Amino acid sequence: MSDGIGARVERKEDKRFITGKGKYTDDVRVDNQAYAAFVRCPVAHAKINGVDSSAAMAMEGVIAVHTGPEMKEDGIGDIITGWSITSKDGSPMQCGVWNPMVTTYGRYVGDAVAVVVAETQAIARAAAELVELDYEELPASIGVEDAFQDGAAQVHENVPGNLIYDWEIGDEAAVAAALEGAHHITEMKIVNNRLSPNPMEPRSAVAIFDEAEDHYTLYTTSQNPHVARLVLSAFYNVAPEHKLRVIAPDVGGGFGSKIYIYPEEITCLWASMKTGRSVKWTSDRTEAFLTDAHGRDHVTKATMGFDAEGRIVGFKTDTLANIGAYVSLFATVTPTYLHGTLLSGCYDMPAVYGNVKAIHTNTVPVDAYRGAGRPEATYSVERMIETAAREMGMDPAELRRKNFITEFPYQTQVILQYDSGDYHKTLDMAQDIADVAGFAARKAEAASRGKLRGLGYSTFVEACGIAPSAAVGSLGAAVGLWESAEVRVNPVGSVEILTGCHSHGQGHETTFAQVVADRLGIPVDNVSVVHGDTDKVQFGMGTYGSRSGPVGMSAIVKALDKVEAKAKKIAAHTLEASEDDIVIENGEVKVAGTDKSMAWHEIGLAAYIAHNLPEGMEPGLKEAAFYDPLNFSFPAGALICEVEVDPETGVTDIVKFTAVDDFGNIINPNIVEGQVHGGVTQGIGQAMLEQVVYDDDGQMLTASYMDYCMPRADDVPSYALDHNATPSPLNPLGVKGCGEAGAIGSPPAVINAITDAIGTNDLQMPATPLAVWTALQNAKSSMAAE
Amino acid sequence: MYQTKYHKPASVDEAVAALSSAEDGKVLGGGQTLLPTMKQHLAAPTDLVDLRGIAGMDAISAADGVLTIGAGARHADVAASATVREAIPALACLAGGIGDPAVRSMGTIGGSVANNDPAADYPAAVLGLGATVVTNSREIAADDFFEGMFSTALGEDEIITAIKFPIPSSAGYTKFPNPASRYAMVGVFVAQTGGGARVAVTGAGQDGVFRAEMMENALSSSFEAGALDGATVDSRGMLSDIHGTAEYRAHLVSVMAKRAVDSAV
Repeated sequence: MSDGIGARVERKEDKRFITGKGKYTDDVRVDNQAYAAFVRCPVAHAKINGVDSSAAMAMEGVIAVHTGPEMKEDGIGDIITGWSITSKDGSPMQCGVWNPMVTTYGRYVGDAVAVVVAETQAIARAAAELVELDYEELPASIGVEDAFQDGAAQVHENVPGNLIYDWEIGDEAAVAAALEGAHHITEMKIVNNRLSPNPMEPRSAVAIFDEAEDHYTLYTTSQNPHVARLVLSAFYNVAPEHKLRVIAPDVGGGFGSKIYIYPEEITCLWASMKTGRSVKWTSDRTEAFLTDAHGRDHVTKATMGFDAEGRIVGFKTDTLANIGAYVSLFATVTPTYLHGTLLSGCYDMPAVYGNVKAIHTNTVPVDAYRGAGRPEATYSVERMIETAAREMGMDPAELRRKNFITEFPYQTQVILQYDSGDYHKTLDMAQDIADVAGFAARKAEAASRGKLRGLGYSTFVEACGIAPSAAVGSLGAAVGLWESAEVRVNPVGSVEILTGCHSHGQGHETTFAQVVADRLGIPVDNVSVVHGDTDKVQFGMGTYGSRSGPVGMSAIVKALDKVEAKAKKIAAHTLEASEDDIVIENGEVKVAGTDKSMAWHEIGLAAYIAHNLPEGMEPGLKEAAFYDPLNFSFPAGALICEVEVDPETGVTDIVKFTAVDDFGNIINPNIVEGQVHGGVTQGIGQAMLEQVVYDDDGQMLTASYMDYCMPRADDVPSYALDHNATPSPLNPLGVKGCGEAGAIGSPPAVINAITDAIGTNDLQMPATPLAVWTALQNAKSSMAAE
Repeated sequence: MYQTKYHKPASVDEAVAALSSAEDGKVLGGGQTLLPTMKQHLAAPTDLVDLRGIAGMDAISAADGVLTIGAGARHADVAASATVREAIPALACLAGGIGDPAVRSMGTIGGSVANNDPAADYPAAVLGLGATVVTNSREIAADDFFEGMFSTALGEDEIITAIKFPIPSSAGYTKFPNPASRYAMVGVFVAQTGGGARVAVTGAGQDGVFRAEMMENALSSSFEAGALDGATVDSRGMLSDIHGTAEYRAHLVSVMAKRAVDSAV
């Protein structure tokens, strides 16, 4: 089947995207349209004493100005977090209260204080500038280390010391004992830099209140419209769930930042009711920097011990995680169960311990961003093992090999049980492609040109396919993380898949269709995918955590099983054969070993005409399924980065980047490679270019592309990719997920390569030219001092 | 609301008249700085005087050892001009490296020079070549024109009409782009002229574009990169931000100056 699993089918959705015909939230125009603009807290911490909207209201075209206290009065709820974490002493976490719009205190620059609704976007924005805030500036805590110092400014009165929780995983005593007897110990302070997600499409919302029906519709940039509807109704009291339709049409990237339900969406719905107008808001880019949930921002002290042979005896990390001013939806789980559980990496570690302290600061909330906790864990593990190899005078690849897990399933010391893998072969393949054997010669040649060449590894494993519902429930999740699907066979045999996943760049319209095409032997063009509308699709959990493949497609397979079973019954009845002899092949439903067959469309027709169905069978051919995964899936890979540094300027050129991944079975290699390209590029962005910088007062210095450096095409090389698949035994397609792997695995490969090139390990991300040059100068002066 | 009256004069005189009768008028060249600034409400001129309707403002010619570029010439025009490429290849190269294709297709040399952004490329060429800025009322030597960040000798209603560049025996320009914005974080224009070597630095200085005298002296005795060993600029006068400390910028001035000399043709 040329369109089936494993085929390089061109993305069905690309025609509309690359011809500019995609339909995004901001493209939605409805009757009675008005526009919202937000008045935001101008300082990092303030008591708002008053909001004077008189000048704004006097402007022609302004419909209303509303504030947080009015929302509160109307019963609009506070913003919730979706995962409760228990501190190591057994106490529950402490979070500050997050009002959708400020009631008394503004806690970061950009915190929404008031909303202006006006006839045009330009009027709304101009009027917002005229709203005067009477506020008293308060001391602020900005950096995570500063915020955790004694005497630091309090972000919330009810969170002493700004400490949300003090969580641990693993066996601290076992690690302490192991380190005590270690032959070699490597210690490092590791900073995981703060990032802004920067989806190409900024957030947007169009809220439509229908007074006659008491009904609300919200078009919005969401990765999970059903979760948005649930939370908006059950917790924010905007509308009852059955009176609220959430539509996430084409969405231009999310990377996690569009999982969450933000103040602006809630406010637009409420303002639509207040004003009787449809209310649209679209973020501009600076607003996105100021208010989209950020990612990462960890400071970690790591200790890794080895025996004389180079085997890891224990690994310990102490991490401060910056949560920002409020606890966003998945902010608590990202530094804990998505980070601490990956601290064993792909190594057989007998003792592992992780401590995480989550800290409030006067900055925008930090939450899951492509990889979510796993990049932070991977960076710590892979920087440590590379550094240890250098300290012990060992080849970093060989040190990894000494410690690789080789038998599966493998139970780590930090909860997870890895499903399958072949780490040695993956590394072999990567070393071949990267021509590691020829590196010394290339390094010498570069040196003759005055350039410093370096090579760095990252052999990572991560957890995808989030997640078994009961397991995450026992760890504090407020929701289950199963997925749903409905497969509708039309009377003409074409197929509609209704999925609870949401595609915002992933290519589901193509891959999901391929799964059906493979199974039923029909062309992918006869399969359509419906998603992103709570009125059309059954409840689903959405797309994040590389779950659409392992969880979402598994639900489709389950539904297909039911469709196939019914189709076989119909065929057996029509063809007067035994159901056990029926096979589905190449678009035909046949009696095996005979020439008796029905075309697939004849099955559809028979099911819906229903003139001759088996006795007792209901007409129609449409089946639904919910799939709850048995475990996470565990993609892994070996990445090798080769760089050339110009010591005069500190400029790093990535000359080659090799990625050999194990994503299990692959449905569409084009799409998987695209995900690797995008993920590795974002990882290179983190490693070399991107960083959100706040000044000491909490003003963001990187609130536009003038200062926040996104990766461009000329910053990255042409990637060398390959795959070494070990199918996951735990889901029907044997897939593992690929959306985040590149972003998870690549940063340590880049930094390991640069530090190899410059001969000093004193370098944090992002390794900008300034940072690399400074590291070289520091190394020179410390050498001179010795 | 932010309201602006748009004018499109057909002559320089009309433009000057429109400007002088405006309460807070601004000249619009290609709009690559002014329009984004207005969109962000950082500028709100009462009147915009668009020069693009003035015939001949984008003329480029070379005669008697002088290359004259009309103020309305777009960066893409300068980069592609056979006249410029023959007279001062480094200038064509500089123009071809400004911004991105969209910026180069709209932005003009007059707009860039009048704005005197401390990270713009053109000021380095104008000062490094010892050019003359021609306005509707006078001619101003480059050394007198640039007065500090975003500040020039232009009078209130004065409009640049052309830039006259003396053609050097060789010149080169090398820039170190800001990784994020790709504006010049350090850009060094070097020129070998009849009056000795000139070295102008953009992007790095607290007061905008400046001449690096120690480097000029070194290159005047020998116009080769090696002559610049030990020739530095004082880091105390350099800008400092998250992309580059003052020390780093001062260091890069030396590196870029050498590379500019190596590239000079």
